[in-house]
Amino acid sequence: MIPQSLGRSAYPLLGLVVILALWQIYTSVTGISPLVLPSPMEIASVSVKRYDLLLQQTWPTLVETILGFGLALLLGIPLAVFVANSRLFNLVLYPILVATQSIPKVAIAPIILVWFGLGISSKLALAFLVAFFPIVVDTATGLQATPPGLLELARALCASPRQVFFKVQMPAALPFIFAGSKVAITLAVIGAVIGEFVGSVTGLGNLVLAANAQLDGPLAWAALVWLSALGIVLFAAVALVERLMMPWERAGQH
Amino acid sequence: MTDRAVQGRPPQVKPVGPTRSAVSPSPAFGHFENVHKSFKRPGQATLVAIDSVSFDLYTGQLISLLGPSGCGKTTFLRIAAGLIPKTSGTVEISGSKVERPQPDFGMVFQQSNLMPWRTVLKNVLFPIEIQGDPNGGAAQRAADLLTLVGLSGFEHYYPSQLSGGMQQRVALCRALVHQPKLLLMDEPFGALDELTRMEMQDLLMDIRAKTGATAILVTHSISEAIYLSDKVAVFSSRPARIADFISVELPYPRRPETRYAPEFTDLEHRAGRALGITR
Repeated sequence: MIPQSLGRSAYPLLGLVVILALWQIYTSVTGISPLVLPSPMEIASVSVKRYDLLLQQTWPTLVETILGFGLALLLGIPLAVFVANSRLFNLVLYPILVATQSIPKVAIAPIILVWFGLGISSKLALAFLVAFFPIVVDTATGLQATPPGLLELARALCASPRQVFFKVQMPAALPFIFAGSKVAITLAVIGAVIGEFVGSVTGLGNLVLAANAQLDGPLAWAALVWLSALGIVLFAAVALVERLMMPWERAGQH
Repeated sequence: MTDRAVQGRPPQVKPVGPTRSAVSPSPAFGHFENVHKSFKRPGQATLVAIDSVSFDLYTGQLISLLGPSGCGKTTFLRIAAGLIPKTSGTVEISGSKVERPQPDFGMVFQQSNLMPWRTVLKNVLFPIEIQGDPNGGAAQRAADLLTLVGLSGFEHYYPSQLSGGMQQRVALCRALVHQPKLLLMDEPFGALDELTRMEMQDLLMDIRAKTGATAILVTHSISEAIYLSDKVAVFSSRPARIADFISVELPYPRRPETRYAPEFTDLEHRAGRALGITR
């Protein structure tokens, strides 16, 4: 029986508490080395105590992620418009796009590093590369899925192609664009971290590597926790923009 | 919300019939002559959807195209709307040939085709956004139309918050907001339940009385066709031909009781015979 009074978010939180408790018990009972597996309490205390360092290392990762994601939106949506509206673009570009997607991003990271150097641009490029695909694919799908009835209505009213695009196709595609964006923003964090792993002097990904090298398990885990938090916050931010831009989705059913 | 949805019924208006034009109408407003439509199918015989349909439509009249599902009446309406080309024949509305969509036609589809991201009012004003408002007063007209269909107070609702009947009423307002000279309706009440459907029929009668709209209605309901129309063109099954052209002389205002009048049932029988349902 599931009590109705509990909020929806209560269930995963409850699950998390149980897992953390079991984890805590395991580490104290076995006395396992904190380098291998620090206890949740240790990780929490380091997360708070080394707050300055963690926050300082969060900024570069955050900037790389947001810039990469932004660039993916900026280039991905117009490309999707071409793919959705031009048969030639669709035939020529779409298969290539899908094919390039099968290249493991980790494998091209070293090449990207050679091209763009150790600075922010190589991380930005990797975040962009992983975020680009879901945005293009979902936007193109959304643009092609415009309800035919709405297109016929616009045609009956003699709407111009421009009006059809901005007043019918784009708004109809918005839910798809946001679905793609929510996947893309979480992937962008991963892209930025891959970049930091391959070659970097800053960022949370770099901190995980550095802490590991210094045999500081709790700090490496704390950096990992911050990374997850960063992903969740960014996802929530996109979801918030979605809610603000699509108020009709929230309007209650009658 | 539920309460409002229930209350959102059209006001009880006395059904007033459309003003009848002169007894011997001068030149027809709409002229259809030998309209023919066939579809070429690769590797198969050409499919004839409409075989030589001719009739005239006079200002202020409502003509129903009555026929079984898939008989080609919707195809005929789409040709009249200029949405698809005819194979041969003539379609003339108020003196000009119809070969492409006309901005001064209004259309109602079987599905309301409302945009979920637009409020009721913005959906109604969509044609104005597309075409502009040369005569002015669109905002007032939209408000008046929404009042007429009993939806004042719902201007800022989203379609998802309305019942099917209410959505179709919004679609009716949208089809009329730019003051079209011809209203084309493709089974507009086909997706509604019987009671809502009868309510909408009285509403349409009232709208015609107030706006004097000339209209073509596609339907597969015999009683709907006779109740609402001045003329009923009964279409035969594929290829569509006019099996019978019935003048409905029942006086306006027509009321739900009209459906039980002997003249009404006689006309239903006649339409049924033309459709091959009754003998």
